[in-house]
Amino acid sequence: MSAPGMLDTVRCVAGRDLLAALRRRADVVTTLIFFVIVASLFPLGVGPETAVLRMMGPGVVWVAALLASMLALGRLFAGDYVDGTLEQLTLAPQPLSMLVLAKVAAHWLATGLPLVVVAPLLGFQFDLGTDALLILLASLLLGTPTLSLIGAIGAALTLGLRGGGALLSLLVLPLYVPVLIFGAGAVEAGAAGLGAAAHLSLLGALLLVALVFAPWATAVALRIAVE
Amino acid sequence: MTSRINWFKYSSPSTFYPLAGRLAPWFFVAAALFTVAGIYVGFFVAPTDAQQGEAYRIIFIHVASAWLSMFLYIIMAFWAGVGLAFNTRLSSMMASAVAPTGALMTFIALWTGALWGKPMWGAWWVWDARLTSELILLFLYLGFLSLQAAIDDPRRADKAGAVIALVGVVNVPIIYFSVKWWNTLHQGASVSLTRSPSMAATMLIGMLLMALGFWMYSIAATLLRARCIILERERHSEWIGQLRESRQ
Repeated sequence: MSAPGMLDTVRCVAGRDLLAALRRRADVVTTLIFFVIVASLFPLGVGPETAVLRMMGPGVVWVAALLASMLALGRLFAGDYVDGTLEQLTLAPQPLSMLVLAKVAAHWLATGLPLVVVAPLLGFQFDLGTDALLILLASLLLGTPTLSLIGAIGAALTLGLRGGGALLSLLVLPLYVPVLIFGAGAVEAGAAGLGAAAHLSLLGALLLVALVFAPWATAVALRIAVE
Repeated sequence: MTSRINWFKYSSPSTFYPLAGRLAPWFFVAAALFTVAGIYVGFFVAPTDAQQGEAYRIIFIHVASAWLSMFLYIIMAFWAGVGLAFNTRLSSMMASAVAPTGALMTFIALWTGALWGKPMWGAWWVWDARLTSELILLFLYLGFLSLQAAIDDPRRADKAGAVIALVGVVNVPIIYFSVKWWNTLHQGASVSLTRSPSMAATMLIGMLLMALGFWMYSIAATLLRARCIILERERHSEWIGQLRESRQ
């Protein structure tokens, strides 16, 4: 029997993870509720001044999205690590980095994309205009996959460690900073009339760089974790 | 064909341990000499700055520690990478030994920067590109240290630390060029190889002396820490047993 092709395997791994996410919808919903609650706390904390809220809205939505996507990272490899699937994946003839890419893509579809979909709702809470909302959507669409890709490295490194959650945030949040700066900056630049194209291009560049390097680094980290 | 010199003689912990012990005191002496000379030049020889008055004199600590905070990260990432690629024990030990000194230098750079910022900009902290990226560098050091602390198996700790150190190395050029790329509050580089320095010669000499002093201190502290790490990790090996017997 010949080994299945690489694309078949990638599709199979991604499909399996998506199916698992669909069967455990509570996990996805919890992340979404966390996203909405964190963003809703800010108007309560700083007061309901419309002008202030409109100014900090994009940043708050971005920070909330960043925290929510970090919160979901723990699930990326943990289940597979516990039940031994991960060990089998590292033994597969297909390159581990491609399998990682499949898992990250499925993870983003299950947790990152819902965040992007819900974000306009939060934008209305912060009284953002239509243009600002569209830029926010575009920046989140380009930025959240990068967050998942970078976060995968941290998730792989902290597999099975005590205090994994806090450690994961310490490792991953500093690396998230450029995405946050350009993501929130895109909306601000758009609102200031400077045009968001430069920031969005940089976000796209970050995504491409992360696409090339992050799965590979994650694969190295996974091999360290399971050996 | 065998080379006459054995380049890898000191890459074994058992030969490196006594070498580090012999070298460390000399580096400490050099560090003390350079630092005393640097402080003397900085406080008594260098002229008062035309714009910034006496407050600028913190530059002699600030710049040296900021340089080292970046250099030490690169050195740490280099040793960690060598350890990951060639599986050499001592390289990973060196990376772990450099990290605390690097974190210390980053902290000193941020602290003295705050002390300098208060009289110059009127604020302890501004969200400027260079300050922010230096703060991220501190977080990267802390992430490396906590990741290694959280893993009990030293081999896995070395390798996992190497991955995060290499991923974080992207930040170093961002800090270094941040004052060029973004027009920020932080002043541009004071020292450059390509153009004549924008400061008095005595100031430059004071700064270089302090930088050398900080370098020597970092090397000495790293060597001592590497000795401790070697003792801890190799405690079950034969040569450490012999070392203990010869001491008694």
